[in-house]
Amino acid sequence: MKLEKNGVAGTLESGDIMVEIRPSEKQGINVELESTVANLFGRQIKQVIIETAEKCGLENVDIIANDKGSLDCTIRARVTTAALRATGGEFKW
Amino acid sequence: MINAVKREIPESLFEKTGLKPYVPGENEKLLPRSTETFAERSKNNNKITSFEEAVKAVGLKDGMTISFHHHFRDGEHVVNYVLGKLAEMGYKNLSVAASSLTNVHEPMIEHIKNGVVTHIETSGLRGKLANAISHGLMDDPVIFRSHGGRAAAIAEGDLHIDVAFLGASSCDPYGNANGYTAGGEETGACGSLGYARVDAEYADKVIILTNNIVAFPNVPCAIPAKQVDYIVEVESVGDPAKISSGATRFTKNPHDLLIAQTAADVIEASGYFYDGFSMQTGSGGASLAVTRFLRDKMIAKDIKCGFALGGITAQITSMHEEGLVKRILDVQTFDSVAAESVKNNEFHHQIDAVSYASPYDKGSAQNQLDVVILSALEIDVDFNVNVLLGSDGVIRGAIGGHPDTAAGAALTIITAPLMRGRLPTVMKKVNTVITPGWDVDVLVTDHGIAVNPARPEIEERLRGAGLPVTTIEALQQEAERLSGVPDDLPFGDKVVAVVTYRDGSVIDVIKNIKD
Repeated sequence: MKLEKNGVAGTLESGDIMVEIRPSEKQGINVELESTVANLFGRQIKQVIIETAEKCGLENVDIIANDKGSLDCTIRARVTTAALRATGGEFKW
Repeated sequence: MINAVKREIPESLFEKTGLKPYVPGENEKLLPRSTETFAERSKNNNKITSFEEAVKAVGLKDGMTISFHHHFRDGEHVVNYVLGKLAEMGYKNLSVAASSLTNVHEPMIEHIKNGVVTHIETSGLRGKLANAISHGLMDDPVIFRSHGGRAAAIAEGDLHIDVAFLGASSCDPYGNANGYTAGGEETGACGSLGYARVDAEYADKVIILTNNIVAFPNVPCAIPAKQVDYIVEVESVGDPAKISSGATRFTKNPHDLLIAQTAADVIEASGYFYDGFSMQTGSGGASLAVTRFLRDKMIAKDIKCGFALGGITAQITSMHEEGLVKRILDVQTFDSVAAESVKNNEFHHQIDAVSYASPYDKGSAQNQLDVVILSALEIDVDFNVNVLLGSDGVIRGAIGGHPDTAAGAALTIITAPLMRGRLPTVMKKVNTVITPGWDVDVLVTDHGIAVNPARPEIEERLRGAGLPVTTIEALQQEAERLSGVPDDLPFGDKVVAVVTYRDGSVIDVIKNIKD
């Protein structure tokens, strides 16, 4: 999937996650995560982000995520929306 | 012999009893008579001196234990002032025994690094100081005590205070000190001085710091002159506007309101809701809101509360003024409205921390509680509660009166949301045990109620009232379904803090956290 531009979704409210997806020079899906619950759930949050990005067909992207204690359902929704915005609407639901 | 007032006293009496004849001027401890007016004496012959003189006069030495109170909470000014001065004077190796420490005590980090402070005893730690200590700042572990545990340790001599530095909102030239200014203009009231009163009574030496020296006699007062050695006038002892910040906010959160409504329903159905019942509410958002819902039930059933205890808030004092709460016993005042009430209402009574929560006295107020409503950062399937250590492994709270009132009350209710964001509140094992599960009866969450199996009669009553009772295991599983199984926190091997139970025995330890 080719990225047209950067895609952003989410907020910095408690319980939410802000996700920005950018085209990358590097191979694969590169996640940079900041989280208020990093010690406990950082590994799982990263995994959900990568799985969701793969499902959206993204490759060679940087994903910058700032998490404020969001649940998996929220993470999936934010990553999917950011991907849709970054791919200029080519994304197929 | 013939003594100074020309009375004949047999010599044999002195040999037999060891008593001494009266000789005027011989006993230097006897204060000389003064012919100055009372007003002149107040001005010329009082206990007021400079900070440095007071510290020298009480004989403060390196290695001693100094104490403080936290009635101004996040507006507290005395600890930073005193430690700054003592650091300037070159003191080292001091032990700080505070009733609690808050976000404002960040400057202690430098005093610890410089060796001015080497040991801490407190009920709580927050902010950057807590974070630094959690990461291993101190060699000596912090000793955490509950409010009742601290009071008992001081009274029994287990925690010996050499010099107490106690901030007061008013004080006369001889040391009658208070948390407000009775009959005078208020210059910053904190209300009750319940914790400080224990220090004043048992410390070897007591220095009162105040921004408001008033005429003798400053009565009624919390601390009587007989317990006070010196008085130091300072610019400020605390900012009353910051007392109610943080833990005692009034909630608008719908989760909290749902929990509060349910908790009020639990009290109503529990068997402990009768005319003359007694209660305490903690300082969490939901537990404060319970009062509001309980008020409606009290009016509907014509039930009055015999006495309310604790941390006293505006909600409790307004119910007192309405006649719904007959008496208030106040160890710590949580907001300015309640501070006005302790000043003006005859039956809003300030009590010291021993009378509040001594674990050894049948007559301590906590032992007369029917119901206490407390909060929790974490609670586990054995009903153990943590209110001290954050889910990230960093200290961020205070024991307060949690284990004291949980043990003293006939019905102990914990109110907490099932989740805080992604963090589960109900878990398999809490990170730190503050209050043991056998002192906890009911957990009220936004996903249902769990009753400790040790109290089947309570469960039966709640089910009978149609309340949403489930099990604590079911709540834990629901939380885990939403959050996932958390990874283990990266703790090190160094004990940074010891959690004591009410009698000073060790109930848990906290290890250093790695980033």
